[in-house]
Amino acid sequence: MRYWWVLVRKEWQLELKQKYAVNGILLYLIGSVFICYLSFNLQPNALNPVIWNALLWILLLFTAINALSKSFVQESAYRDFYYYTLVPPQALIMAKMAYNAVLMLGLGVVGFGLYALVLGNPVQDMGLYSLAVIIGCVSFSSALTMLAGIAGKARNNGSLMAIMSFPVVLPILLLVIRIAKNAMDGLDRSESAGYIWVLGAISVILGTLSWILYPYLWRS
Amino acid sequence: MKILKARWWKVLAVILMLVTFVGGFLIRIPDVGALDESIRNLFFHVSMWFSMVLVLTVSLVYAFRYLSTNKLTYDLLSTQYAFLGIVFGMLGLVTGSVWAKFSWGAWWVNDAKLNGAAITMLIYLAYTVLRSSIEDLQSRARISAVFNIFAYAAMVPLLFILPRMTDSLHPGNGGNPGFGTYDLDNTLRLIFYPSILGWTLFGVWIMSIRTRVQWLQLKRDELI
Repeated sequence: MRYWWVLVRKEWQLELKQKYAVNGILLYLIGSVFICYLSFNLQPNALNPVIWNALLWILLLFTAINALSKSFVQESAYRDFYYYTLVPPQALIMAKMAYNAVLMLGLGVVGFGLYALVLGNPVQDMGLYSLAVIIGCVSFSSALTMLAGIAGKARNNGSLMAIMSFPVVLPILLLVIRIAKNAMDGLDRSESAGYIWVLGAISVILGTLSWILYPYLWRS
Repeated sequence: MKILKARWWKVLAVILMLVTFVGGFLIRIPDVGALDESIRNLFFHVSMWFSMVLVLTVSLVYAFRYLSTNKLTYDLLSTQYAFLGIVFGMLGLVTGSVWAKFSWGAWWVNDAKLNGAAITMLIYLAYTVLRSSIEDLQSRARISAVFNIFAYAAMVPLLFILPRMTDSLHPGNGGNPGFGTYDLDNTLRLIFYPSILGWTLFGVWIMSIRTRVQWLQLKRDELI
């Protein structure tokens, strides 16, 4: 636990030091929102709520994969060995996961805010939609952190990360789109409760598996 | 490894396959309503999916065993079982597609169960791509074992939880009854259960040959 907090702070300081990474991702997100805005501008009212919702989540998914695939290749292999001698591996993966969750939350809030600003906001139940964004971003982090670790070890980062993460993240994406859709239509919250539980359970399981499996991955 | 060389279960596999094909095509079908004669696909499509889940679970177990012992044999078995799962999954998709054409009117329908099955195939194809991208034997084994376990955890909700939470055409999901309700006089079960075992054993036979070939290749190249 002590190590964990130190490592989370280390991630944060590293990010502050190398501002280009997070700024690049932010620009990527803003750029893609703007592209959507300009593309759908051709015909007013072409963007119906279902497309609005799906488009936002696809944007967030691509941002997540781009942002989190960096999490294990920012530092050199030698520094990995150094950490290996200092801290338990579980603390490291948990720190990365927590940091990634916070990063994704930030990106999710910025992305959603900007998206709603330029493309309009048809959401009826804002509270539930915000919850969907929060839980979606945290789940993305719990699934993608470990996959980024695997892709980083395979040293063929870009394409492998995409190939591995799309099918693994899909159950999460399907659930979160459904919750978001319910929130958008203003359905009763009890309709979405089951999905939220399942989503939470998947995230906890993937997080726990990362905790168990990362020590094995690290050794190679 | 010893049991893979034994002969008795291969004989059993042949007998069960004969039962599946002969019995499956010739048996008198009980009244199953609109499905009619296409219910015979139960012995192929459904039992192939059962076998797929079974062999993928075995692959998962071997991945765990590899991680706890570091023996390359387990890695070899884990990979080959995963490969076998892919083969059964593809066959399951094809047989399911034929069945869908005849009972729902389209080769592919947008259904939670079908999409889940397709995504499962993507997960395991990604597993093979991951494996082929790593050179070193031990690290390939370890990294792919980790992904195997992780992917299995993501597959379970896709195949068993999500389809049950939504509307689905597929039997056994979205409030639809499974096949148990059709099979009033147990004649379908008489072939169905042997066919699951038959397909699994038949697959394991193919798998064992592939494993032994790979094993010999590794031996020849003096990697083990």
